[in-house]
Amino acid sequence: MIDDLDRQLLAIFQKGLPIVSRPYAEIGEPLNLSEDEVINRLSKLKQQGLITRLGVIVNHRKLGYQSNAMVVFNVPDSLVDQIGEHVSQFKFVNLCYQRPRRGERWPYNLYCMIHGKNRDKVLQQLECLIASCGLIKFEREILFSRQCFKQRGALYNLDSKQKVLIHG
Amino acid sequence: MLNGLHKQLLNNYQQDFPLSPTPYKDIAESLGVTEEDVLFAFQQLNDQQFISRIGAVISPNKMGCSALMAMAAPTEQLQQVASLINTYPQVNHNYERENYFNLWFVLIAEDAEDLQTLISELKLRTGLETLYLPLLANYFINLGFELDFDD
Repeated sequence: MIDDLDRQLLAIFQKGLPIVSRPYAEIGEPLNLSEDEVINRLSKLKQQGLITRLGVIVNHRKLGYQSNAMVVFNVPDSLVDQIGEHVSQFKFVNLCYQRPRRGERWPYNLYCMIHGKNRDKVLQQLECLIASCGLIKFEREILFSRQCFKQRGALYNLDSKQKVLIHG
Repeated sequence: MLNGLHKQLLNNYQQDFPLSPTPYKDIAESLGVTEEDVLFAFQQLNDQQFISRIGAVISPNKMGCSALMAMAAPTEQLQQVASLINTYPQVNHNYERENYFNLWFVLIAEDAEDLQTLISELKLRTGLETLYLPLLANYFINLGFELDFDD
């Protein structure tokens, strides 16, 4: 499904596609892969769903989206899939996951992320989400971000030589 | 500042970036500008860090094994704990958030066993109350980040 060359190619690709006329030829060079092979391999990884999105990865903080809130809800298990799918339809929602509850202190099972230009805007969008998805009756917490200690850099260690950047 | 071309490049090419020998030329043709214009504009976006890169977003848990983690760090220890956590290359997206659980980060390990070893080590080294929150279901289809340039 995914071989060593795919991994090595991804490791190089994740440093950023070069901004030159024939970028795929350039990233293939260190691996002795032709331009066509690079394109075919990346297309295959996309078709297989390992690559969920291929393109420009924006820096939303730098673009004015300074505020982000992780909002967690305690939703009945029987409704979580349905609500999760509904929540993820809103264009201001950037992530939407189900995760396990952790006792009384942390009873939440549905997580979503909302990015906005400021705190009020995020709260306004959240209000809209709560009303539209019928979330008012469920326990929730809003966790605005304060400091960012690390924004990227998680590298999946493949064979201690090749590393692939997984997250944006 | 951002011009019209920058905005188009930012909003229209977050998914399905051309997988062709000359992607920038293809973009230029569809926007009615030259390849040089597109290369220059992307270089500016890159130099000014409006983009992190042109690259791929990889499906969670398809390569490696990841989990969201939360820790409850006393305020006076927060910086120190965050720095300690950051020394691990398996850590990313390490944020302070407004909550009793105030430190939130994602771990990506090679496999499930490595992940558990890493979690035990972090718990031991910090001695803090920790939540391990693996993904159960992903409802979100990542189509990129819609930018609103109006205000």
